Amino acid sequence: MPPSHAEYDIAVVGGGLLGSAIAYGLARIGQRVAVLDEGDRATRASRGNFALVWVQSKGLGMPEYAGWTIRSSNAYAAFARELTQETGVDVSFERPGGFHLALSEREMQARELQLRRLHNQPGIIQYETKMVSAAEIRRMLPDIGPDVVGGSYCPLDGHVNSQQLLRAFHIALKQQGAHYRPSHKVDAIEMRDGMFAMTTPKGEVRAGKIVLAAGNANMHLAPMVGLHAPMRPERGQILVTERVQPFLRHPVVTIRQTNEGSVMIGDSKEEGTRDVDMTMGVNAVMADRAARMFPKLGRLNIVRAWTAIRVMTEDGFPVYEQSISFPGEFVACCHSGVTLAANHALTLAPMIANGALDQAMLGAFTARRFHVPQTA
Amino acid sequence: MFRRLHDAPQRVVHVTIDGCDAIARAGESVAALLLVDGVRATRVSAVSGAPRAPYCMMGVCFECLVTIDGVGNRQGCLVQVADGMRIETQRTRREAGK
Repeated sequence: MPPSHAEYDIAVVGGGLLGSAIAYGLARIGQRVAVLDEGDRATRASRGNFALVWVQSKGLGMPEYAGWTIRSSNAYAAFARELTQETGVDVSFERPGGFHLALSEREMQARELQLRRLHNQPGIIQYETKMVSAAEIRRMLPDIGPDVVGGSYCPLDGHVNSQQLLRAFHIALKQQGAHYRPSHKVDAIEMRDGMFAMTTPKGEVRAGKIVLAAGNANMHLAPMVGLHAPMRPERGQILVTERVQPFLRHPVVTIRQTNEGSVMIGDSKEEGTRDVDMTMGVNAVMADRAARMFPKLGRLNIVRAWTAIRVMTEDGFPVYEQSISFPGEFVACCHSGVTLAANHALTLAPMIANGALDQAMLGAFTARRFHVPQTA
Repeated sequence: MFRRLHDAPQRVVHVTIDGCDAIARAGESVAALLLVDGVRATRVSAVSGAPRAPYCMMGVCFECLVTIDGVGNRQGCLVQVADGMRIETQRTRREAGK
């Protein structure tokens, strides 16, 4: 391993799905890249996520986000194939179309209203999401229970094996000569001799450009270089059943069956907490709703459960920005590191390498949107 | 390969293994019975399909999963035999709902 003061074209701070996808995208176009990651004690959203590559519902409040999401969804199949060819790791991407299920007329009406508001926004990309009756759903998901009154369906929704995706990125990074540096938590960033110098417990790392992709920690890192990344971490809990024969051919936004047969149930959002304890009440509600959607689940054993902290900006939409005071310093924050992985590698990384974010495509995602004067 | 220890003889318990009658001893676990009965593979891996057999015998490793009285993926080492019990080795993944 070269000494820690080696110089790189670009240092990516954060080795999760976002940082890894960007680093992979940079390495595959010939950039000399270092990925600076925390140690194993880090709170890793990339290890706790639900692994949907999801389109429906995205973009209410920011229509550009729908277009950005669809771009990644459309690029995913070829991107996953490329990764598998390069690394031999099967990331099990599938896009069979996905559902949002309603367990009451009230939920159904709320869903319909939400989708109408989403698709009525001026300038939003047109794509198919439709409200479907229980009978229509039953034709595609024969095991739904009698409590399902209907839902919405989008043919662009899919899922992936996100653990294998992260592994594939790291194998590809190594193959392409990028340096992955664990236990290199960045404590300070300064500009020195035209280079960015990052202080870590394992020494200083210097690079011509930096990408902050450290999840919720971007909140503390971004201000060091004149950037702004307001985050509001959100807790989510996940239950995992034993592996069973395939019976869920389409992912549901809160329930999906993995390529290896496990059923993942993730139906919770809790704000204002950062501890990673499990809470029995939340799990009970999640399990109950899942068993009402698919009564077959009621007899399965739960073999794993965990809590993770979602990476979430203040308004839930991504931030991609280059610092004006420190050109070459980029910040990237997003909740959907799985869904947007293809964009981060194939679209965002080349812009970073070229030193300019395409404003026509990414202008909406500036953090300047948070600089609205607070009204009384 | 496996045999019972020569402790005081226990009451005989009648069960079936994959539909065939088998004789167990009161107090022993399903996994112990399968081992002493010479069943080599009690299930297959749900991912690779590789044959598996009881291993830790104390509820930790989940290798001894079998179908007991129609319920799949039960830990054979944690269930004591009972008269009339139907024990089935698993040749595929469990089916949800069964």
